[in-house]
Amino acid sequence: MTIKYKYSGRGYSSRENQALSLDKELLVAFYRDMLRIRRIEEEIESRYHEDEMKSPIHLVMGHEAVSVGSCSALKKDDLIYCGHRTHGHYLAKGGSLKGMLSELYCRINGCAGSRGGSMHLLDKSVGMAGSSAIVAGAIPIATGAALSFQLKKQEQVVVAYLGDAATEEGACWEAVNFAALKKLPVIFFCENNFFSVCSSLEVRQPANVEIYKKAEGFGLPGVQIDGTQVLDVYEATQKAVARARKGEGPTFIEALTYRWRGHGGAGDDSASGYRDPEEVRHWEQFCPINGLYDYLVKKGLYNAAEKDLAEKEITAEIQEAFEFAISSPNPEEKDLYTHVYSP
Amino acid sequence: MPWAEALIASKSEELPSPQEGRVLSYVDALHEALALALGLDPNVIVLGQGVNDPKGMFGVTTGLHKNFGIERVFDTPLSEEGLFGVCTGAAMNGIRPVYLHNRPDFLLLAFNQIVSHASKFHYLDNGETSVPLVSWAAIGRGWGSGAQHSQAIQGLLLGVPGLKIVMPSTPYDAKGLMLAAIADNNPVLIFEHRWCMRNKGVVPEGIYEVPLGKGVYRQTGNDLTIVGTSHSIELATQAMGELSDSGITADVIDLRTLKPLDEDIIFESVRKTGKILIVDTGWEMGGVCAEIGCLVAEKCFSSLKAPVRRIGLPDIPTPAGYTLEQLLYPDVQRIAGVIKEMV
Ligand SMILES: Cc1ncc(C[n+]2csc(CCOP(=O)(O)OP(=O)(O)O)c2C)c(N)n1
Repeated sequence: MTIKYKYSGRGYSSRENQALSLDKELLVAFYRDMLRIRRIEEEIESRYHEDEMKSPIHLVMGHEAVSVGSCSALKKDDLIYCGHRTHGHYLAKGGSLKGMLSELYCRINGCAGSRGGSMHLLDKSVGMAGSSAIVAGAIPIATGAALSFQLKKQEQVVVAYLGDAATEEGACWEAVNFAALKKLPVIFFCENNFFSVCSSLEVRQPANVEIYKKAEGFGLPGVQIDGTQVLDVYEATQKAVARARKGEGPTFIEALTYRWRGHGGAGDDSASGYRDPEEVRHWEQFCPINGLYDYLVKKGLYNAAEKDLAEKEITAEIQEAFEFAISSPNPEEKDLYTHVYSP
Repeated sequence: MPWAEALIASKSEELPSPQEGRVLSYVDALHEALALALGLDPNVIVLGQGVNDPKGMFGVTTGLHKNFGIERVFDTPLSEEGLFGVCTGAAMNGIRPVYLHNRPDFLLLAFNQIVSHASKFHYLDNGETSVPLVSWAAIGRGWGSGAQHSQAIQGLLLGVPGLKIVMPSTPYDAKGLMLAAIADNNPVLIFEHRWCMRNKGVVPEGIYEVPLGKGVYRQTGNDLTIVGTSHSIELATQAMGELSDSGITADVIDLRTLKPLDEDIIFESVRKTGKILIVDTGWEMGGVCAEIGCLVAEKCFSSLKAPVRRIGLPDIPTPAGYTLEQLLYPDVQRIAGVIKEMV
């Protein structure tokens, strides 16, 4: 086998001689937030075989910069909608780790009361407004949320996260067309990791028509960015958010990234043959977290001792949250029947 | 909550179906309901293909955009799934969309949003979010409507938790049920029938609601119970008229809403008459007739004096040609014949 999808970005080399445009606090927060997501995912992965988290999971290792960079450009009352790969977005938007883990452990105090599971970490309190396990299902819904903001003359914006495969669904483009038509405050954020389960992009979409270019055909700006670079993601999202808040309409962002694990569940499944395991090793060299760490160290903004401290704090938080989830109560039969209809 | 306030202020309640007063066409009754709702609540919007046409959608929306502005009353792209999702997302964020379609057949494109999204979110996020949206469509019949413009799809949706399904038959109900549907905090599908839309009837001015989930006796009698909605119950009532000299009397129950289903009124009547005929504009198999028949067999078995009977459509597509079409649809004579057989 060969490496089909190579990293095509320039990493932080393009920024080496650049003056910093962001303050230290924010840069360190980016690092810490990404590291936290990574460690949470690793812990989930290491415990998944116990079969106590009875929920189909889609791990986000490799995608952390997308979640953190984009959510950092949002305000608390801005909304996000996403697909099945929710963990990173939920955590980056400020979701509760305890609420998330309780949800994975099917406990009554899960963020969705054990009705959603990993694919529906719904939590209005942080703007995690909706997700869909039907590919592309949430894209029109996010667009509708943006319509509501426009109608009510509210300043909020909406981000709709979608995978590359979601752009093969009609509903995606129906939503993009409508958002462009009405100049809605929505950002379509495509995480292109080149795979839909085991099907590579080349068997699903014609070569040489990049996804963001298709979006441009609908009359909205499209940009392609390096999805392993949190700063690129942050800047692109900020620009799109500013445009949306000014009433100038939607933007389509395509971030090139890579999923380090199998489509669902724990572990890498490349050995099954749908991609070269070397391709995963290749992308691991462009780790969003290590890349930023090296950059920060070079710039004299961070050091190994601070990193160790962050690791310790994160580990302690994770252990406590797991204990919390595991010792939380299960739902009861009466909980099955509530909230079918809204009063 | 402008809705609640306005309704309380107007002391809206179900009036007994009036026999005297202002006579309005079915279409004008619907138009009035939409105008009232738009006037009452700035969050109500009306959208659909051609709602701004010079003649509006079947006259139901004529001129509304002139009074309430094209931000709130607007034409849509032909994106049934996408726009249903947009309505869902808007509804989840405080808007009350009324999305109109010419025909239920077009809603089949939106099943993903109707079945897997709009009717699921309230449950999925543990009651945090409501989806107060109305989708309206008019069932066609005759003059070549054929296999793709005549489908009465209520039976396909009957088993979807979280949905409400309304099927009015009179101008009074059309207005009152539309107002109730818009005020309801759940996704409500209203299926009109094009032939009912020719009717005229007494319609009070101002706001009133016909409660969702409550059937009404159109006639009372002792020999059998006839239940149904919309054009079917209209035909059944006419069939009873044909039989007026026969001495046969029946409880004729217009269910008005199929979901929630008013089981109480059905059981109350069957316990009295011991016989039931279910009429519906949809297919007999697996639909409204089948469900109600089963319910009665399950819960009123000891009261039954004869087998459950049903008159819906046979398990074949609608032919477009005139003669075949006449043979397909049950008419007043056929219904009268079955009633005679049953007594
Ligand atoms: C409509 C629909 N078709 C198929 C599936 C099965 N499925 C679940 S996730 C997935 C892959 C989606 O790939 P992509 O959108 O690129 O997101 P990624 O998993 O790469 O994050 C598929 C095919 C589904 N959930 N919904």
